[in-house]
Amino acid sequence: MTTTSNFPVGLERLADIWVYLAATPLFGLTLTLAAYVVADSIYQRSNKFPLANPVLIAVASIVTVLWLSDTSYEAYFQGAQFVHFLLGTATVALAVPLARLWRELTARALPLLIAMFAGAATSVIVAIGVAKLLTAPPVMLASLLPKSVTAPIAMGIAAQIGGSPTLAAVFALSTGIFGALIATPLLNALGIRDWSQRGFAVGVSAHGIGTARAYSVHPRAGAYASLGMGLHALLGALLLPWVARWVM
Amino acid sequence: MHPYMMIRGLTILLIFQSLGEMSAHVLNGAIPGPVVGLLLLLMFLVIRGGVPASISTAADGLLAHLSIFFIPAAVGVMLYVSTLASTGAAWAFAIALSTGASITVTALVLRAMSPRIDEADTPDSSADAQ
Repeated sequence: MTTTSNFPVGLERLADIWVYLAATPLFGLTLTLAAYVVADSIYQRSNKFPLANPVLIAVASIVTVLWLSDTSYEAYFQGAQFVHFLLGTATVALAVPLARLWRELTARALPLLIAMFAGAATSVIVAIGVAKLLTAPPVMLASLLPKSVTAPIAMGIAAQIGGSPTLAAVFALSTGIFGALIATPLLNALGIRDWSQRGFAVGVSAHGIGTARAYSVHPRAGAYASLGMGLHALLGALLLPWVARWVM
Repeated sequence: MHPYMMIRGLTILLIFQSLGEMSAHVLNGAIPGPVVGLLLLLMFLVIRGGVPASISTAADGLLAHLSIFFIPAAVGVMLYVSTLASTGAAWAFAIALSTGASITVTALVLRAMSPRIDEADTPDSSADAQ
């Protein structure tokens, strides 16, 4: 061990342990789980207050820790990738609530599809309209267009229509977080009381993070949110590249 | 919940995720593997006519804390957002307004096309209403 610094021996040892831990997957994995445990307990204790969104609190704490400890995202992701990987498995698991509701969903297929198209079109028209009005550059427009579709699909669509996949991921995740924050007060103000209508609107507009919020509030809202997200993902992947030609 | 049920269920979910990844590869990646896996599992469950206890256990376990799986990607995004501040706030306005408008339109259209709701199924009558 080199002892060239001015640290007392104990602190020197501590710094060495830190350097070791920060280089193993253990650090990123523990940090992610610990941040979530703290964030979720705040969320539960606030009676699921929308602004106490667990993703938002956990991300803010992790970013602060990474910044204070001067840790790169790459080093953090070494451990966090195990949690990230399970996002795919959790996506597959969304088939289960849909299968439980299958008979009801097929009976309501037409209203659900029409509502999905109306919401998806509104999202594209308002986002592109506002961004054009504020003279955003074309790359930004192309990256904003698919923002209400789940992030991996949004990235693919953006790349196809001349946007930036990184920007598309930023915009999609920001949309998810923003949607999760405003959904409850907005839907209350609109007087929407049915869990299926509330959940579906959040899933169509704010995909995964909105769906996570809906699940935490009510299982039925969560199931309908995952349906809205899934439908928007499929139809978005097929139709948005074509829509881009005449709105941009 | 039995731990063995959880492992069995997770195994089945991972098999469908793998099938989804393989199919997505054949489809040239237009739709991500997990979304194809979702569709394949849904088809399987609908044809089978019910959800086995093992898959229920694993799926409910994952979905109860769905938020946690978004954290690693969202951390990357937030680190990137700070560098976006210089590009102005056009994108933030566009996202805020369009997301609010989209939630509003989807919910109002679905309500307009739905029959009167069952009062037992509303936020006001539920234990965890807010």
